[in-house]
Amino acid sequence: MKLFKSKSFSVFKEPLAKNNPISIQSLGICSALAVTVQLKAALVMGLSLTFVVAFSNLIISSMRNYIPRNIRMIVELSVIASLVILADEFLRAYFYDISKQLSVFVGLIITNCIVMGRAETFALGNSPGASLLDGLGNGFGYSLVLISVAFIRELLGSGTVFGFKITPEFLYRAGYEDMGFMLLAPAAFIIIGLLVWLQKSLMKV
Amino acid sequence: MENLFSLFINSVFVGNILLAYFLGMCSFVAVSKNMNTAVGLGFAVVFVCTITAPVNWAVYRFFLAPGALSWAGFPEADLSYLKLITFIAVIAALVQAVEMVIDRFSPELYTALGVFLPLIAVNCAILGTSLFMVERSYTLMETLVFGFGAGVGWLLAIASMAAIQVKLRYANIPKGLEGYGITMIVTGLMAMGFMIFSGIAL
Repeated sequence: MKLFKSKSFSVFKEPLAKNNPISIQSLGICSALAVTVQLKAALVMGLSLTFVVAFSNLIISSMRNYIPRNIRMIVELSVIASLVILADEFLRAYFYDISKQLSVFVGLIITNCIVMGRAETFALGNSPGASLLDGLGNGFGYSLVLISVAFIRELLGSGTVFGFKITPEFLYRAGYEDMGFMLLAPAAFIIIGLLVWLQKSLMKV
Repeated sequence: MENLFSLFINSVFVGNILLAYFLGMCSFVAVSKNMNTAVGLGFAVVFVCTITAPVNWAVYRFFLAPGALSWAGFPEADLSYLKLITFIAVIAALVQAVEMVIDRFSPELYTALGVFLPLIAVNCAILGTSLFMVERSYTLMETLVFGFGAGVGWLLAIASMAAIQVKLRYANIPKGLEGYGITMIVTGLMAMGFMIFSGIAL
């Protein structure tokens, strides 16, 4: 397939696994861990970040020839902050419960290193089209890690997936119990650590 | 007074901004390899947190909160949706101002903290403190204590991490887990340790 060999496809694909923002570049972990108790919240968070990083890349890249070098940080920050406000207001209007659950973490996308990092390293030097793809790739790479962590935590912690009971009843009767530990903060750190280990040994880096 | 003290203890230990709310992880992972830089960055965070939280409180209280503009004749104005962009601008401006003041009056402190100050403008712990302050509707005194406590908690976490990293250098860590992976797992164990404090009622 020609599509899968093209340069733009590799720009999109790289950050999904080989150069994943969270597990390889160790960027943007701040908000990643706090919202992974439930899959639904993690999914919404991933989508919000993908939206912000894709469009901030697109906008900054289309303005890249007009931004004076020494004030580029503040320009980037205002673009990112405006997009985050859009995402935050949208969630508050249409998904109020999830927005309450995510609390300050949607706002914290502003200081998420992935968004700023992609704007600095990619969008300032590439065409708008490529930057959009790069943003989408990074956003999905981030969401992928978030969803895997949330899947493990929700399944082991409360026996559910997306709120549906998965762990069968006979296991509970045989003495199985949900691991309350999975719902607490330390579990998130440990699961991310183990995921990084898994990925690094699979890829032999 | 008791209330403020328990808020302080709570924000340093039980609700540690890094270990319980995961804020400021990026610089935590990047900087915790060296004790001196870790402590330097930690003190810069304490400093900036203590200043920015009350300033953002005042900005929110008098300009942004619903009905806050009634002193200017706009009682029904609600600008709270602008809080994200305003807070980040206030933080960036304050960091810049603090940097200039320190540079002018205390060159020693500037050489110690100088390199870290620009980094801090994008540290999630700082913005997070301001956002939590709004969400939990603290008063001015509570905000001041909470900002200071959050900074101290962050300093405590990064300093202990740097100390553990020194020991880890001699440990036999499986390949692939080295560096980032083991940092996360050690942080997890540390977070478990800090959770013990949640049994303390003041």
